[in-house]
Amino acid sequence: MTARTVLIEAAYLLASILFILGLRSLTIPDRARRGMQLAALGMLVAIVGTLLNHEIVDYRWILAGLALGSVIGYPLGVYVPMTAMPQRIAISHMFGAIAATLVGVAEFYSLGNGGQVGRAQMAALGFEVLFGALTITGSFMAFGKLQELLPSRPVTFPGQNVVSLGMFAAALVLFVRLVVDPAHPAAFYAMVALALAFGVSLVLPIGGADMPVVISLLNSYAGLASSATGFAIGNNVLIIAGALDGASGFILSIIMSRAMNRSFSNVLFGAFGAAPQAS
Amino acid sequence: MHGTSLLEIYVFVLAGFVGFFTITRVPSLLHTPLMSATNAISAISLVGSLVLAGADRGWIPTLLGFVAVTSATINVVGGFIITDRMLKMFRRAPRAAGEKK
Repeated sequence: MTARTVLIEAAYLLASILFILGLRSLTIPDRARRGMQLAALGMLVAIVGTLLNHEIVDYRWILAGLALGSVIGYPLGVYVPMTAMPQRIAISHMFGAIAATLVGVAEFYSLGNGGQVGRAQMAALGFEVLFGALTITGSFMAFGKLQELLPSRPVTFPGQNVVSLGMFAAALVLFVRLVVDPAHPAAFYAMVALALAFGVSLVLPIGGADMPVVISLLNSYAGLASSATGFAIGNNVLIIAGALDGASGFILSIIMSRAMNRSFSNVLFGAFGAAPQAS
Repeated sequence: MHGTSLLEIYVFVLAGFVGFFTITRVPSLLHTPLMSATNAISAISLVGSLVLAGADRGWIPTLLGFVAVTSATINVVGGFIITDRMLKMFRRAPRAAGEKK
């Protein structure tokens, strides 16, 4: 282990600790702001640690991306009325999911389009793009509904369950096929496309009032996608932060639906026959 | 399955438990800020994007990495700023209550 690796791993460990402490403080009203600052510091430590990675040879694109992202992200956070917060969280979420998905796609592509991908790594990459892609479109639909670009009432059509489940099943079949034999670029990209379509059909039938629960759930999926990225590229801070996020997002969505007096499974599977009676 | 990936599964499961037990008791006042903060944390995939954008693996991965870095940064910056604004708003309430005492 070189000195550089030790430094990077130390930064990742520190970042993970900061994330856990931050989350803990965020559940206590008096310390919530402090908790957020700890989490932000953790993110900064993780970024600085990553920049030391020996694989990085050219910092121009990194700096350009960081600068452009800050320029777009800053007004997204600052010039937004408080009432529009949930949809802003959803759209900001979509960007995070785009990042996770693109990392997965690029990883698959640069390893000889699947030619040099091992089975375990393919499973991780598959999970990553599946969760990532359905979070992209799901978050965008949530944003559209809350922003009233789309009808906020539940949109259902006959045979919807069959279509949704069919797409999901097809994506799973492709996933299994890829794990058995990863060198199938066509199957991989078809799986990404199916996951994107499934994200739409997952959120479309859910009413606008239930969106916070859905956003929190998508949050959990994005966390799982990050975790899968960690498995694929062997990075512990991704695994830890992703697992924290995946578990806490899931619990939070259950707590929220309980607080809103809604059955969690109804919100989740609203499309599967229960939505009209429930609302 | 080699030793490292087994260890990674340990890390994943244990971190999941930490997340679970950290969140179980949260007042409803903090639901939205917490959602927003975990949203910002989920942009940790920025770490993967950074390596992708900086490594020399041909122009397609670099381009995808650049887009990924940009998107993840939007999520991080936007997410933390939104959370901060929400929490700033909340902070007045306990203070006002304190003054009444």
